[in-house]
Amino acid sequence: MSDPVTGSSGSASALLELSKLEVAYGGIQAVKGIDLHVDKGELVCLIGANGAGKTTTLKGICGLQPVKRGTIRYDGKDITGRPAFELVRNGLAMVPEGRGVFGALTIEENLAMGAYVRDDRAAIATDIERIFHLFPRLKERRRQTAGTLSGGEQQMLAMGRALLSKPRLLLLDEPSMGLAPLMVQKVFETVMTVSQEGVTILLIEQNAKLALEVSNRGYVMESGAITLAGDAKTLLHDPAVRAAYLGESAA
Amino acid sequence: MPTGQQEECLDIFLQQMINGLTLGSVYAVVALGYTMVYGIIQLINFAHGEVVMIGAMVAFSVINALVGAHTGLPPLAIVMTGVLVAIPVCMAVGYTLERVAYRPLRSAPRLAPLITAIGLSIVLQNLAMIIWSRNPMPFPQIITVTPYHVTGNTDGATITNVQIAIIVASVLMMGGLLGLVYRTKLGIAMRATSQNQQIAGLMGIDINTVISLTFVIGAGLGAVAGVMVGTYYGIAQYQMGFLLGLKAFSAAVLGGIGNLAGAMLGGLLLGVIEALGAGYVGDLTNLCQIASWSDAIATRCASDPNLTLFGSNYQDVFAFLVLIAVLIFRPSGLLGERVGDRA
Ligand SMILES: Nc1ncnc2c1ncn2[C@@H]1O[C@H](COP(=O)(O)OP(=O)(O)OP(=O)(O)O)[C@@H](O)[C@H]1O
Ligand SMILES: [Mg+2]
Repeated sequence: MSDPVTGSSGSASALLELSKLEVAYGGIQAVKGIDLHVDKGELVCLIGANGAGKTTTLKGICGLQPVKRGTIRYDGKDITGRPAFELVRNGLAMVPEGRGVFGALTIEENLAMGAYVRDDRAAIATDIERIFHLFPRLKERRRQTAGTLSGGEQQMLAMGRALLSKPRLLLLDEPSMGLAPLMVQKVFETVMTVSQEGVTILLIEQNAKLALEVSNRGYVMESGAITLAGDAKTLLHDPAVRAAYLGESAA
Repeated sequence: MPTGQQEECLDIFLQQMINGLTLGSVYAVVALGYTMVYGIIQLINFAHGEVVMIGAMVAFSVINALVGAHTGLPPLAIVMTGVLVAIPVCMAVGYTLERVAYRPLRSAPRLAPLITAIGLSIVLQNLAMIIWSRNPMPFPQIITVTPYHVTGNTDGATITNVQIAIIVASVLMMGGLLGLVYRTKLGIAMRATSQNQQIAGLMGIDINTVISLTFVIGAGLGAVAGVMVGTYYGIAQYQMGFLLGLKAFSAAVLGGIGNLAGAMLGGLLLGVIEALGAGYVGDLTNLCQIASWSDAIATRCASDPNLTLFGSNYQDVFAFLVLIAVLIFRPSGLLGERVGDRA
C-alpha cells in the first residue's frame, strides 16, 4: 500500500510503522489517524507546534496511553497496546519529555535501571564507562542523587540511561527542551553520534531547524495529523515549514 | 557511688529499656511492612496486622502439632519449622491481597483501597476465627526462658534468651531488608517504581511484579514478627493483629511513613516509650503523693498506698498518644518528608 503523504511504501526495512494511529484522552482526540514509518538506521524527526500531539504519539507507541484505533508495528510485529516494559526488552527505548530521571536515585542507580533488562554484568560496566566518557560530568557526580543535577545534566543522564538498554530504536521526546544553546548543541551531537553507531532514532523536537538538519527525513504534525512529510533537507527549504516553524529565517 | 535506691531505680529503668527494645524491634519489623507498601503505592495496607496474626497462628499450629506428635525434635527446630511454614503462607496471603483486592483499585480514588484494606482486615480476622476458633492458642512449654543479668546486681535487670533471640532476629531482618533495597537491582527497581511507575516501566521494570514482591517481602517479615510476638507473650489469638497492627502503623508514622529507616527507628522508639510509660505511669499518677491535698484521698491512701490514677494497663494508650502527637506536631514523621503532598 502506498503512503499518500510520504510517497514511500511501507517497506520491509521499516523498523517502526504506524498506520492510521489514533490516540485519545477520553473524549479528546489528540492523534487523529497518522501514518509514519522509520526505517532501520534512519534518523527521523517529528516536528510540530505545542499541543500538536507529538508526545501523545510516543505514548501510544510505548503503551503509556491506550491506542484507540490503528496499528503499530515494530520489527515486523504488531506491538499495539503492548506495555512499555515488554518493548524495552525488545530494544525499543524512549527518553520521555521532561527527562524522567529518578530524582532520589543516584546517577549510578539511574544508569543501572537503564540496564535493567540486561544480565551481562561485565558488558554493562563497560557500557557505563562509555556513557561516562560521552558525558564526563555524570562520572564526576556518579554518587549524587539525580535530582541535584542541572537540566542539561539530567538530559544527558536520561539519554545515557536509555542507551544502556542497548536499544535498536530510540524515541526521543524534545531532548533539547529548556536547555541553553551550548547544551542544545551537545545534545544534538550526541543524537548524531548515537545515530551513526547504528541506532534507529525517532526524534521529536520543537527546534525544527536543528532537528531537520540532523535528520534523514521529517514529519510535520499539526492538531493531531501529519500535514507534511519527506526528505529533511527538502522540508528545511519548504516555504510553508520555514514560515511556520523556522520563524524569521523564512525571510 | 550510687546508693541502693539509685541502683534500684537504674535497674528498673534498664529493665524497661530491655523490654521496650524487645517489643520495639517487633514493632519495627511489622512497621516495615506498612512503610514498604506505602512507599511503593501510597496505600496504607491496614490488613497487614492480620497477616502478622496469621503468621503467628500458622506457626503455633505447626509447633503445637509437632510437639503433640512427640517427634523428639529439639525445641529450636520445632520453632523454626513453624516459622518456615508461616512465612510462605503469609507471603501467599500478602500476594493475594494485592493481586485480588488492591491491584484492581490502583487507579481508583484514594478512599477506595483504604476502605478495602479495612474490610480485608475484618475478613481475615473472621476467617482466622473460623479456622482457629476464638480461643487463644498457647505456645507450648518447650523453651526454657533463661534470664541473664545485665548488671552486677543479682536481683537487678535481666535479659532473657527469648528477648535476645527476638532482638537479634529483628536486627538481622532489618539489615537484610536494607541490603536488599539499597544494594540489589531489585531494590533499586523498587525505589524507582515508588518514584515514578511510568518511567520505571520504560526501563523494562515490570512494576506489577515489583509491587507484588513488595507485598510478599513485607508479609514474610510480618510472619516472623507474628511468631516472635506470640512467643514473647506465650499466646496467639485471632484478634492479636489489630492492636499490634495499629501500633506498628503508629510506629511507621512516627518514623515517617514510606521511609525504611524511619519505620525501624519509629518501632524501637515506640517500644521504649510504651515500656517506660507503662513502667512509670503508676508512679507518676500515684495519688498518695498528693494525699495532703484532700482528706478523701488521704483516707484511701491509708489503706492502699499504691492508689494510682492510671495503672500499667494504660500501656496501649501510649502508642496512640504518640500517633496523635506526631500527627499534630510533625505530620511527616521523624525522618519523613513530603507526606503532605503524597497523602
Ligand atoms: N493527559 C492528558 N489528558 C488530556 N488531554 C491531554 C493530555 N495530555 C495531552 N493532552 C492534549 O492532547 C493534545 C496533544 O498533546 P501532546 O502532549 O501530545 O502535544 P505535543 O505535540 O507533545 O506538545 P508539546 O510540544 O507542547 O510537548 C493537546 O491538546 C493536549 O492538551
Ligand atoms: Mg510533547
